[in-house]
Amino acid sequence: MKFIAEIDIMPLKELLDPQGKAIKLGLQNLGITQVEEVRMGKHISLTLEAETEAEARQKVETACKKLLANLIVEDFSYTIASV
Amino acid sequence: MKFGVIIFPGSNCDEDMIYVLSHTLQQNVVKLWHKSQDLQNCDCIVLPGGFSYGDYLRSGAIARFSPIMQEVIQFAQRGGYVFGICNGFQILTEAGLLPGVLLHNQQRKFICKNVYIKAVHNKSVFSQKFHLNQAYKVPIAHSEGNYYAPAHVLEEMQANGQILFQYCNANAEVTQEANPNGSLLNIAGICNKQGNVFGMMPHPERAASNILRNTDGLTFFESILQIAYA
Repeated sequence: MKFIAEIDIMPLKELLDPQGKAIKLGLQNLGITQVEEVRMGKHISLTLEAETEAEARQKVETACKKLLANLIVEDFSYTIASV
Repeated sequence: MKFGVIIFPGSNCDEDMIYVLSHTLQQNVVKLWHKSQDLQNCDCIVLPGGFSYGDYLRSGAIARFSPIMQEVIQFAQRGGYVFGICNGFQILTEAGLLPGVLLHNQQRKFICKNVYIKAVHNKSVFSQKFHLNQAYKVPIAHSEGNYYAPAHVLEEMQANGQILFQYCNANAEVTQEANPNGSLLNIAGICNKQGNVFGMMPHPERAASNILRNTDGLTFFESILQIAYA
């Protein structure tokens, strides 16, 4: 079966996110001053083959923990669906 | 000594490193392509600066899975000497050979300039020729050099003497103003607990030739060459 995993990787809450800060500044310059906080991460979409959804989840977890996210400074979440 | 300089797609300080090691210091140097799995019996493995794999995903994250890195990890675990400069430092943290991570510079700018660093102590292989309380001028050139590690890891590193170099001013004072990128504790270079793996953001290979009018970086290489006499 084919699955698509939609993965979000975000900087940990306790860390300063300079990209988010810069974007917030840009938004203020645009006139949108009500924005309290901006945090920026990455979105990665994986299409993969697996026998079951459980197997697909396991592969996605491994991919996230070993390569896609650096768990010292980032966390990840994902949704998975068969196609 | 025999040095092996690893070349990843996107490495761009490899030739500078090879020049200093082979020409200035008259050492035996081999180039090691990242797809190779043979470290050619080198005494010391060098991960040079650059933009391996275009810095995609995170700096060093993809290079860490190059075939040769599996050999480098085993070599380091057996006590072999490994050091990484700039992107090489980033790869070593991603590979788990050094603690912590190098985040984007606090001000989100690529910084290319001379900075001063000082040795925290000179009991390490990598800092043994440095005078304490002396500022050494070495250039930096990076976007992601902001050293971060969780508090309990930093404490352990301090207790083990793993913090080897800090950014400082010309008078060798470690100040907030002398910190170019937001690194915790002004960290510029660290080693692992065993002391055989080292990484630093500044480029000593760019400050090791008379023609460049700065030879402060030579002290780093002179430290490593002591391995041969140990």
